[in-house]
Amino acid sequence: MLKRVLVLAASVLPLMGSPASLSSATDPVPAVVAPSPLRISPAFYKQSIIDIFGPSIDVEGRFEPEEREEGLMAVGARKVSVTDAGLELYDDIARGIAAQVVDEKRRTALIPCKPQSATAADDACARTFVTQTGRLVFRRPLTEQEIATKVKLAGEAATTLKDFYAGLGAILGDMLIAPDFLFRHRAIEPDPAKPGEYRLDGYSKAAQLAAFLWNSAPDDMLLTAAATGELHTADGLRRQVDRMASSPALESGVRSFFADMLGFADFETLAKDPMFFPAYTIKAKGQTQEQTLRTIVDHLIIRQGDYRDLFTTPRTFLTRSLAALYNVPLVELADNGQPDRWIPFTYPEDDPRAGILSQASFVALHSPSGRSSPTLRGKALRENILCQRVPPPPGDVQFNIVQDTSNPLYKTARQRLTAHSTSPACAGCHKITDPIGLSLENFDSSGAWRINENGAEIDTNAELNGVKFNGAAGLAKVIRNDAALTGCVTRRVYAFGVGAQPPRNDEWKAIEKKFADSKYNFPGLMRQVALSSMFFALPSTQETAK
Amino acid sequence: MKNVSMLARRRVLRGILGGGAVSFGLPLLDCLLNSNGTALANNAPIPLRLATWMWPFGLGDSDYRPKTAGKDYELPVQLASLKPFKERVNLFSGGEVFLDGMSNNTHFTGVQGLFTGKISNGAEYSGSLDTLIGDVIGKGTRFRSIEVSAGGDPRATWSARTGSGKSPAEVSPLKLYTRIFGPEFVDPNAASFTPDPEVMVRKSVLSAVTEDRQDLMKSLGAADRARMDTYFTSLRMLEQKLAIQLEKPAPLEACKKPDTPPQEKSTAISLLSEGMERHDLFAKLLAHALACGQTRVVNSAITTGTDGLRMEGETSNHHTYTHEEPVDPKLGYQVESARFQDRYMRALHDFIATMDSIQEGDRSMLDRMVIYAFTDHSAPRLHSLRNYPQLIIGSGGGRFKTGQHIPRQGDAATRVGLTLQVGMGVPVSAWGSGSNRVTSPISEVLA
Repeated sequence: MLKRVLVLAASVLPLMGSPASLSSATDPVPAVVAPSPLRISPAFYKQSIIDIFGPSIDVEGRFEPEEREEGLMAVGARKVSVTDAGLELYDDIARGIAAQVVDEKRRTALIPCKPQSATAADDACARTFVTQTGRLVFRRPLTEQEIATKVKLAGEAATTLKDFYAGLGAILGDMLIAPDFLFRHRAIEPDPAKPGEYRLDGYSKAAQLAAFLWNSAPDDMLLTAAATGELHTADGLRRQVDRMASSPALESGVRSFFADMLGFADFETLAKDPMFFPAYTIKAKGQTQEQTLRTIVDHLIIRQGDYRDLFTTPRTFLTRSLAALYNVPLVELADNGQPDRWIPFTYPEDDPRAGILSQASFVALHSPSGRSSPTLRGKALRENILCQRVPPPPGDVQFNIVQDTSNPLYKTARQRLTAHSTSPACAGCHKITDPIGLSLENFDSSGAWRINENGAEIDTNAELNGVKFNGAAGLAKVIRNDAALTGCVTRRVYAFGVGAQPPRNDEWKAIEKKFADSKYNFPGLMRQVALSSMFFALPSTQETAK
Repeated sequence: MKNVSMLARRRVLRGILGGGAVSFGLPLLDCLLNSNGTALANNAPIPLRLATWMWPFGLGDSDYRPKTAGKDYELPVQLASLKPFKERVNLFSGGEVFLDGMSNNTHFTGVQGLFTGKISNGAEYSGSLDTLIGDVIGKGTRFRSIEVSAGGDPRATWSARTGSGKSPAEVSPLKLYTRIFGPEFVDPNAASFTPDPEVMVRKSVLSAVTEDRQDLMKSLGAADRARMDTYFTSLRMLEQKLAIQLEKPAPLEACKKPDTPPQEKSTAISLLSEGMERHDLFAKLLAHALACGQTRVVNSAITTGTDGLRMEGETSNHHTYTHEEPVDPKLGYQVESARFQDRYMRALHDFIATMDSIQEGDRSMLDRMVIYAFTDHSAPRLHSLRNYPQLIIGSGGGRFKTGQHIPRQGDAATRVGLTLQVGMGVPVSAWGSGSNRVTSPISEVLA
């Protein structure tokens, strides 16, 4: 980082005065600014640790909460910092990881050299570790100064603690709370192809590609491509993107994107009343997210299916716990004592349950703990799936009819909401959310199927944009054919990768057209976005889409 | 730029550690307080502490307001639980958060105004009251502040340093116990003190990270520099925390390491009973953390307004009741919703009582601290920003006159925040922005 920034600084300094003036947030802003650093997400953190140190490392602890902006945590990542209480959390996690990496059972595999003595400093071995591991953790090679400092500190720590590996652990723990790891910095450098202009440097491009396509740190090949300048050439970039798009690690990127877009972070605080929903156990809650992500990966990556069909596909995966929640018969042919084994399951053709909107990860996530809410489900569908904004409710609202479940005139949610929505103050917003939400009323708060509420048959007739339909299956078909569906996911994919909204230019329109021409092939969309010139554009050249 | 004295101390300690672990003998703790109990034996004043306590959905429309002002007011039924502490409570009624043409982002804007003094249309939130006071009273402790949320949501917290996001709240009493009283806890009353070599190493290594600060800032815009400044401030605070762990703590008579709280089944909860149980566990831990000198500022929240808790067997939560339940025409308030408010006020009583149960010399810890209790909305059904109930409990070691009802109908609610700052010794003459800016404290309560 130091070397790269100094290259930039040499160009920027004459515009800005003395170096001392660069140190504060209140100082003049440089003429050319780098894109905002992005605080890494918990999912990225965990995947990076797995990819660098292997899956046996437990990443234990709670992360500082993320902030959603413009529909994505990935966009909110450009606004958040690390608070003092948050850094304590990161510090705890980092020390836990470091202790595991250097413990006796893992050190042989994870430390690339053996010290002359396990109870004393060994600068040569520490240097090897810092150089190799640091490159993966910081997503760039460390400067000689950085290496020398860390080796010196590792030596001092080893001497104090009389333990070489404890010294390495201290250095690793330090690296895992360093800004170079917790934030994905996007360094800029003069663009030799365009005198007077700047570009992202190679390592920043590599990190952006890896975060986008793999939800992880760059691997050795990608870092090498950054070092050689390959990522600055069209052919070189294409080679790397094609390699990454065909890698099994693409699944991690796809999972991470959809977990963000579908708001799965809210599962952390989701609870259902076991008195009303005994099948919605803590185990089932975790499995509902996995069910949807497995459905997505199977449909989009393995089957290379049309993105729109994700909302109508009868194919999914279930465990016994989920089968109990959904009350569907699950035939287990090979039990082998694994009660939570994932089993492919296809709903019958005439079954109203199809697509990811009928799964508990949607209908249960967007319901209060004790009952369903057509309004919350409709709002989530509009905002998360179609990228449409629903205004917040006014402060002074009479909701008394909606919740009076003992009123014999208003037994179902539809009846109560209809009565409530006759109020002019409420009608505007509820027309946006309720009709689509009411079509999902056959799912209770936990995602289980029902046909009655308080003894009255549930009416799931609904309407969206003038198209009338019935129930979850009808909704799935209407959503599938709504133009906003594909436009939304296209913009969200870009925003997930870049941390900002896409520009409205011809290149963007071409990406949308290619997505349509490919029958909405999702990995193809990710590839197109990664290869576009906009993907690495600097803030001054980005136009924000309205 | 490194602090020269810190560097020197680190070198000294490195030298000590180079010779192996060292124990420092401490004097017997036979006389920790001076004769009148206002200061430690070494004449250092007993530290001032602040607790903030946030509950959702206020107390009612205007029916909670006592009819008379001053000391002889009748405690409203909504605050009946606080009767044992009436003489140590100041109730402020009628304060308002002014929107100045901006939208009311329900469950957010009100607290934004009350607790930071400024409102905006966006989600900007920084510079909360507890941090402004904490900067004056909270230096030199292991934790600058500790945040907890009884409702299970780590985002249910309102503490935010200037330029920083909201601090995440701890939602697990067991994890909070481990954080404060786990292996890193140094008992101030222990007979001997041994600096932990691992802490020494961590602090030494951590210092190196701050050296890269200048380089990371150079190519960033102003907002991003502020974000990175926040990160580096957090880093310095972590370094200071480690430095404090390497120093022999001053003895504190009232400090007693609490028992380990039970393990939770799940962090996510929805029942009021579960939330209240956690609240009480948190209250005990926070009281011990204050008594043991681990921090001087604690922030406790029940939930954010939107994360409503539920009663057992009921499908609606507190939040939905506030929206959907009609006001009883005879009683003048929402009956179902009021059950939650009553329970929260019982929890506040328990919080106060827990602080009061710790004796420091001839007085309780409550007498040497202030609890500021506030809420997101006043009238729950309307989600109103008018007529806020605000409470200051405890005299802060004689800094506040207590036992009064202070009606401030239509006044800026931020005036209570300014009064709190002035009383706690913050050198400030004005606070807030726009119509929420106030330039004079409420003199009736300042001693």
